Amino acid sequence: MTMFNDAIGVLFEGFGLNCIIFSCTLLLALPLGLVITFGSMSKFAPLKWLSRTFVWIIRGTPLMLQIFVVLYAPGLLLDFPLKSRLTAVLVAFVINYAAYFSEIYRGGIESISKGQYEAGQVLGMTKAQIFFKVVLFQVVKRIMPAMSNEVITLVKDTSLARIVGVAEIIMCAERFTKQGLIWPLFSTGIYFLVFNGILTLLFGYIENKLNYYRG
Amino acid sequence: MNILEVKNLHKSFDSNEVLKGVSFNMRQGEVLSVLGSSGSGKTTLLRCITSLEKANKGKIFVDGEIVFDADETKPKKPFDERKKQLNFGLVFQSFNLFPQYNVLENVELAPKLLAKERQDFKKNKQEILNEITINAKAILDRIGLTDKLYNYPCELSGGQQQRVSIARALALNPKVLFFDEPTSALDPELTGEILRVIRSLASKKITMVIVTHEIDFARNVSDRVIFMSDGVIIEEGKPQDVIDNPENERTRLFLKRLSDK
Ligand SMILES: Nc1ncnc2c1ncn2[C@@H]1O[C@H](COP(=O)(O)OP(=O)(O)OP(=O)(O)O)[C@@H](O)[C@H]1O
Ligand SMILES: [Mg+2]
Repeated sequence: MTMFNDAIGVLFEGFGLNCIIFSCTLLLALPLGLVITFGSMSKFAPLKWLSRTFVWIIRGTPLMLQIFVVLYAPGLLLDFPLKSRLTAVLVAFVINYAAYFSEIYRGGIESISKGQYEAGQVLGMTKAQIFFKVVLFQVVKRIMPAMSNEVITLVKDTSLARIVGVAEIIMCAERFTKQGLIWPLFSTGIYFLVFNGILTLLFGYIENKLNYYRG
Repeated sequence: MNILEVKNLHKSFDSNEVLKGVSFNMRQGEVLSVLGSSGSGKTTLLRCITSLEKANKGKIFVDGEIVFDADETKPKKPFDERKKQLNFGLVFQSFNLFPQYNVLENVELAPKLLAKERQDFKKNKQEILNEITINAKAILDRIGLTDKLYNYPCELSGGQQQRVSIARALALNPKVLFFDEPTSALDPELTGEILRVIRSLASKKITMVIVTHEIDFARNVSDRVIFMSDGVIIEEGKPQDVIDNPENERTRLFLKRLSDK
């Protein structure tokens, strides 16, 4: 019985790390993504191509590789080793997800008809007013399904942190297999399922709320 | 004095010259209809005047004051640009209402944003906002939408949506209100309500430019008619003259084709 309690405690602690990676990534990648979007939609060609190349590289290479690069590159190339593995993981996750989010935002922004901008312009609104008062809300509504997909993927991706030794839940559970216990490993699935279940309900609620108008 | 003077407006898209020198004047309270076949540049003309496109050549005056000069190279301050924008209102063929706002919010949005720039906004905030709401409701009432104030655009008929977009433009008190085929996205049975609204605006002496294919309406409501072809005005005058006794061969052809339909 103490074994059971121990295992549960360890798993909880591990999942705490998953939750930290999840929330920090979300908190930082959501706004950073918007910055990249503005870059990749910029009329200033160098900035536009820089942003798009960045997105291409980040989306075109494995997140696992990116984690390794962030962890080792500063030490090996710049003689400035990263002390914290968790920091390396967070940096890699934020960059990776910001790139994905930026493409979702871009798709959403480009799907808004030119007429909305023009209507705002002839009504004497500033560019910022048009974006924040007219366009943004419509974009949020349109990208909600894609965002919910991406956020749920993020929950599961957090377990990648283990490849650099950050003791997230699956890494914790795996230790028990060496003691001949398999159930802790299986039970990690329940943590993910419950977490994603809650997220699914949350996104369903938001989409429902946004459904007060069509278009 | 003329409220609007458009002088020698030219506009090309790449090598395609769409406006080849358009000039006309308008007096306060005048209603001008713009007729012309598809592709003759009517929409481009409205878009150039309302700054949605930049004309390559020409000048525009409002109340004798220059608001656009194609030769002016110095970029204008955004604030000045917008103030000039507010001289003109534009009603789009496809409404372009803001779908996430209800009818009242659609009409109030721009005036409220504008009010924030007033010096006394902080001090009299509540009063100013109330005044805007009262004004918006009054306009919507005149246009027959009092029972739809809290509906969303997606819950309205095309005719009602177009009336909201007219109210939205009116709420800013433009000196000249432009309409680009305000009825052509509507079912035929819904055009009547829009035309009635425009007629009632005309009786209130609101200065309007209306691009339309509704010949009977143009004859009825306008003080003057312009006929455009290939980027120039080829005929201009009283509706009875231009529509019923056109001098130009192309005008005659166009009107005949329209009446054959
Ligand atoms: N943004 C644009 N880029 C390139 N060409 C354009 C653009 N807008 C209009 N044109 C061209 O300009 C010409 C005039 O178009 P415009 O829309 O002004 O005609 P119109 O008189 O409004 O016609 P309609 O009665 O069909 O609305 C057309 O040949 C069109 O292809
Ligand atoms: Mg047109």
